[in-house]
Amino acid sequence: MSTELPVLTKKDFQSDQEVRWCPGCGDYAVLSAVQTVLPKLDLPKEKFVVVSGIGCSSRFPYYMDTYGFHTIHGRAPAIATGIKTARPDLEVWIATGDGDAMSIGGNHLIHTLRRNVGVKILMFNNRIYGLTKGQYSPTSELGKRTKSTPAGSVDYPFNPLALALGAGATFVARSVDIFQPHLRAMLQRAADHKGSAFIEIYQNCNIFNDKAFAYMTEKDSRAEQTVYLEQGQPLVFGKEKDKGIRLVEGRLERIELGREFGPEDCLVWDEAFEDPSMAFRLAYMLPPEFPTPIGVLRAVDMPAYDARSVGQIEAAIDKDGQGELQQLIHSGELWTVKEDGSISRGDG
Amino acid sequence: MTTDVKEPSPPVKPEPERQKLGEVVVRFAGDSGDGMQLTGGQFTATSAILGNDLATLPDFPAEIRAPAGTLPGVSAFQVRIADYDIHTPGDAPDVLIAMNPAALKQSLGDLKPNGIVIVNTDEFNANNLKKAGYETNPLEDGTVDGYRLFSAAISTMTRRTLEDSPLDFKSRDRCKNFFALGMIYWMFSRPLDMSIDWLEKKFSRRPEVAQANVKALRAGFNFCDITDQFQVRYEVEPARLTPGTYRNVMGNSAMAIGLVAASRRSGLPLFLGSYPITPASDILHELARYKNFGVTTFQAEDEIAAVCAAIGASFGGALAVTTTSGPGVALKSEAIGLAVMTELPLIIINVQRGGPSTGLPTKTEQSDLLQAMFGRNGESPIPVLAAQSPPDCFDIALEATRIATRYMVPVMVLSDGYIANGSEPWLLPNVEELPDLRLDFHTQAEGFAPYSRDPETLARPWAVPGTPGLEHRLGGLEKQDGSGNVSYDPHNHERMTELRAEKVERIARTIPDLEIDGAPTGDLLILGWGSTYGAIAAAVNTGREAGLNVSRAHLRYLNPFPKNLGEVLAGFKRVLIPEMNCGQLALLIRARYLVDAISFTKVQGKPFFRREILDKAREILEAEADVN
Ligand code: SF4
Repeated sequence: MSTELPVLTKKDFQSDQEVRWCPGCGDYAVLSAVQTVLPKLDLPKEKFVVVSGIGCSSRFPYYMDTYGFHTIHGRAPAIATGIKTARPDLEVWIATGDGDAMSIGGNHLIHTLRRNVGVKILMFNNRIYGLTKGQYSPTSELGKRTKSTPAGSVDYPFNPLALALGAGATFVARSVDIFQPHLRAMLQRAADHKGSAFIEIYQNCNIFNDKAFAYMTEKDSRAEQTVYLEQGQPLVFGKEKDKGIRLVEGRLERIELGREFGPEDCLVWDEAFEDPSMAFRLAYMLPPEFPTPIGVLRAVDMPAYDARSVGQIEAAIDKDGQGELQQLIHSGELWTVKEDGSISRGDG
Repeated sequence: MTTDVKEPSPPVKPEPERQKLGEVVVRFAGDSGDGMQLTGGQFTATSAILGNDLATLPDFPAEIRAPAGTLPGVSAFQVRIADYDIHTPGDAPDVLIAMNPAALKQSLGDLKPNGIVIVNTDEFNANNLKKAGYETNPLEDGTVDGYRLFSAAISTMTRRTLEDSPLDFKSRDRCKNFFALGMIYWMFSRPLDMSIDWLEKKFSRRPEVAQANVKALRAGFNFCDITDQFQVRYEVEPARLTPGTYRNVMGNSAMAIGLVAASRRSGLPLFLGSYPITPASDILHELARYKNFGVTTFQAEDEIAAVCAAIGASFGGALAVTTTSGPGVALKSEAIGLAVMTELPLIIINVQRGGPSTGLPTKTEQSDLLQAMFGRNGESPIPVLAAQSPPDCFDIALEATRIATRYMVPVMVLSDGYIANGSEPWLLPNVEELPDLRLDFHTQAEGFAPYSRDPETLARPWAVPGTPGLEHRLGGLEKQDGSGNVSYDPHNHERMTELRAEKVERIARTIPDLEIDGAPTGDLLILGWGSTYGAIAAAVNTGREAGLNVSRAHLRYLNPFPKNLGEVLAGFKRVLIPEMNCGQLALLIRARYLVDAISFTKVQGKPFFRREILDKAREILEAEADVN
């Protein structure tokens, strides 16, 4: 059987709807990256479904010329789970934000990851509520002053990567809206992953939380403030590749390379390690002490929920045969009343 | 193994008298560990096969394992068998089997005057009496005066019967319910073989358990045969049921099978998103067993995820269902609104229970009608159907599927704890006679508009992902008529609001007219909905026999109402609406038809008795006569 797929381009994934994010919003960059990567996946366009919740980023499906579902606040993972479980042949992508995914929809997020449903979750983290005009979010830093917290927030933020790891996510990565080549590479990796893929995307909200990630996105600080995770490579960073991360007595430590230490002293990154504890340590590499890790924290192969669910149905049909409705209705203790009023046990 | 089942001793008493009864109501009551549901179920199964009409009503304790011997630990099962067509498990029991003092205390007040009480005297010790809250022994202090008491040391006799059983002590004691069942079988002249077959099948891998229970069953039967206490045996003749094949079915089970049937008849794979909740969970349990029918059951993390997953599955082209009870519906309301807005087919099954809040999880009520009608934000009408009996759950599942898929709309189905767990004989349909629910997804890419409408039903096309050229976006934001694009246009919003309402109203064109049982005009119409069907039908039948001018009609469609409802109401001087709530249907009827309906309500977590409705009808008719 030859299935010649038409060659798709970015344009094929752009809908006719006017994009209405604020000028300068980081969401544009993510949209562009997704529209660039999806055509390259060699899949028919009609197989894609983009699902979102509520928030600025959740407008995403309207701008994609795929099947799409702009659902209700926080529920995108639950609706996507239904789509993927009922239709494992579809490619289901979720666009969500820090408020949508980690506050009102926290329960669905962790359970979708726990089950390893084969969906891709793009969590746009701008550390603020944009659509409702600037309240602090569950990823806002402690002490955040916003309209709803004029004296500063008093609650500790979530660490999204640690939360995803804690929920048992089989693919966990981080990228940044303006790191386009990297972001595209992460999207490609997510597309290739079989179970749940979770990508935290640092996204600048230039209206309500501008420069939230400037410490690491500015050109001159970028190399010093980030460390790229590459499979099998030592954790080395800095413009001059003169800094590294080593593991000493179970703790991560930042080291200067050159005299005392070399790259061989640095932790060699293994994303496929089944025990997530090292990935946890990376998730807790926080500024200013540590550079921010960018890349894949965890990628392990485990059967997806949808595949297992379908597998059970197939196994049942193999074992018992296709169910017979007549037989199902006529099962149990039966009795038959004849025309003459006499009664016998069983079916007629 | 051993075959030394003792032959019945030669009767030491004269042949017992035989009495024919038209009907009898038996209640089995005991500790939740005593197996009363099973015992009652066996009596029911045997009676069904003997051709009696019947109806059952279980009464579970609210706690999983309340302390043994206490009132909250009592589990009861009531069954009514009759030689004619009955509709309810009976108002008051004629016979009570009380396995301990708590069971006696809980049920004695319900028993008919001069009714029969069979007690297990072994359990009437000081400790158990105290636990049941009896100061003195009710068997001796006059408490049971006015009833016919039969005392039997059921525990002791069971132990003695099983002296040489290989089972341990505890397992032997557990056979005492079958000893009691044997007594009841003797009393009502039932054969033992159906229960023996059942035991042998059920415990085919543990024949020693089957054998012990069979022995206990026989011993109970033989005990009655020889003891002087029991002088009368009763007989209930077969009822004249419509010819056909029957099985006894509980509402939840009929609902599950109905959904599978709907899946087969529509050609859509069944997807159930559900979260465990009493009294709906059994639908989830049962459907989880039907994987070879292509059924997917998704036990979600919460009620919201359950309905959302179903909505996702519906978008993907499945027959999507979520099952729950009132508190779950409260959590699902926002998502049901999304299904209204996106016009996706969805079936929401609410097995109602006592509310508000957690309320009475194991007790029945009909208090979610207004929630079903209005419990969402915005103008969001949905069709509402109500099952009227356990077997009717099967038909209603098919009908809900028809409406949901033909009209692209979420449908609420109301059941309740009473019909969910109660059972009645089900005249089994043949598959070919079931409605044909086949449909085609939209595939035509040319001119496709996600919110274009069928001129007759106003349904929008169901276009599922994977179909080339039909890529479109759904969402909770208001849609532009036709294109389905987001629209904030004020007039478009008004038009769409009207279209969504009109679509639901048009369903009335395809539903049957409301039938009246009795004269089409008269002094009194009793109008009911849902599980009050049996009690109302029984009350009206009895009332008519006594010469009352009363008719009845029963609503399976609560939204939209049948087209002729207004006309039906206009034919009667008075309309009585009995409901297990504080008058919710009455409110709708008054608002819609400006009829001065009389609301008759009961919110005790228990179904209506025939007598209650009959008395009320009589009272209204007498008042009416006085006026004239
Ligand atoms: S409010 Fe912020 S996140 Fe929302 S669109 Fe504007 S810039 Fe983007």
